[in-house]
Amino acid sequence: MIDARPLNAQAIQADFPILARQIHGKPLIYLDSAATSQKPAPVIDAMDDYYRRYNANPHRGVYALSEEATAAYESARRRVASFINASSVKEVIFTRNTTEAINLVRYSWGRANIKAGDRILLTEMEHHSNLVPWQLLAQEVGARLEFLCIDDDGLLLLDGLERKLEGVKLLAITHQSNTLGTINPIKAIAAAARRAGALTLVDGAQAVPHMPVDVQDLGVDFYAFSGHKMCGPTGVGVLWARRALLEAMPPFLGGGDMIKRVKLTEASWNDLPWKFEAGTPSVAEGIGLGAAVDYLSQFGMDSVRAHERTLVDYAMEKLQEVTGITIYGPKDPELHGGAISFTLPNIHPHDLATLIDREGIAVRAGHHCTQPLMERLGVPATTRASFYLYNRPEEVDQLVTGIQKAQKVFA
Amino acid sequence: MSDDLYREQILEHYKNPHHFGELADADITQEGDNPLCGDVITLYLKLDDGRVGDVRFRGRGCAISQASASMLTDMIVGKPVQQLKVFPTRDLLDELGIQISPARMKCATLSVNTLRVALDGESQEED
Repeated sequence: MIDARPLNAQAIQADFPILARQIHGKPLIYLDSAATSQKPAPVIDAMDDYYRRYNANPHRGVYALSEEATAAYESARRRVASFINASSVKEVIFTRNTTEAINLVRYSWGRANIKAGDRILLTEMEHHSNLVPWQLLAQEVGARLEFLCIDDDGLLLLDGLERKLEGVKLLAITHQSNTLGTINPIKAIAAAARRAGALTLVDGAQAVPHMPVDVQDLGVDFYAFSGHKMCGPTGVGVLWARRALLEAMPPFLGGGDMIKRVKLTEASWNDLPWKFEAGTPSVAEGIGLGAAVDYLSQFGMDSVRAHERTLVDYAMEKLQEVTGITIYGPKDPELHGGAISFTLPNIHPHDLATLIDREGIAVRAGHHCTQPLMERLGVPATTRASFYLYNRPEEVDQLVTGIQKAQKVFA
Repeated sequence: MSDDLYREQILEHYKNPHHFGELADADITQEGDNPLCGDVITLYLKLDDGRVGDVRFRGRGCAISQASASMLTDMIVGKPVQQLKVFPTRDLLDELGIQISPARMKCATLSVNTLRVALDGESQEED
């Protein structure tokens, strides 16, 4: 790791008002950041400031308030573009979340380019948000879905990738599995897809919050992520795509803001990125996302990744103290992002999550929106602990103690 | 209502469920599941002169869902089918005797909802 300064998670916790809360009389230990991250005060303040001081509809008014709102919203877009190293700010489309970004590609690019008999390649570890949209498109146009499988450590089986990519139109793949924590080698896979003539769409919902992401270096075509998992608010997400693709794509939603000229029976489209942003946008949320990017940037994403790698390494070792535990996902912490799924004999994940909630510990239990992956693992559900820059090794210790306490209840 | 979600009686039903297994000559076999949780149960009912003569269940899931199924089997055996078609969900929740959070309500009511489907009864609003 280069430029990775160690994080002071204790000091960082003080930036997050919610982490001062008590749950069932115990200090909150939040281990569900893969579902949604907590928000630091600068993000909450930026949104509050917008509503208190310069709330107005951007892109329209010629008065001062609207100009301020427009400037703040578009400044957030520039900071997001720089955060992922987009070559142009015009390539950054604000959406509602990752799901909407992927559906934008499905409706706009997909309907125009995927025909009957075409093949779309996915993986067994996709979140439903990068699976169901392609099922719907395939049913609509008569395309075929194919899948890259995983091994027992949750790593993609990439032998024969070139052959599997032959004739494929689109490869849609997650950067980091939300359930297993697996970090996929996107750069190499996208290069193979390019050689085969396929476009690559990446679900980056679990990657952008947790590691440096450079969309140009990755060599992908579409990249989607959400604001709320990266210290930002809900209601704003991003679709990044190559400019030439966006220029050629038909609009997604029609309405105000996405048009240039409208007559009664036809209209022409606004320039990028607004061509894909119909209606009044989530202004406060966009501004909040900009503040989240600033917040994360002060630490550097190399440092965030290094911090989580240390936590995962420690947690994988520490969890071995739990009798009978099965841990899923890669054993190599280099390939394992900040989410760990596990099961226990004789305690269902829901019972475990309920019991350790009594200790103030928030973990996720269920299928994590990856039902096909659960089937592949042969379990109905897992418990998942996921980490972020505000988590400390002591919290891993408390998680292990909490699990052992739950085991006594069920002994 | 006890605040202790995992009181002794529930754990006892979970570890040693009543009427657990299958009925080879069941008149009605009904599966039920919560796809969101992964809880599954199968109810086997043997009818006898308009009553539930015998019952078994198989299942997999959390303690709340499986203990509730075990308790339900105790409550329905020998009862008239017509009466069970309108079996009140509330009666099962009272038997569980704990505060069920909204997030766990589907677990607690899986068995009684499956019974209702099995007997072609009317659906009820859960509270």
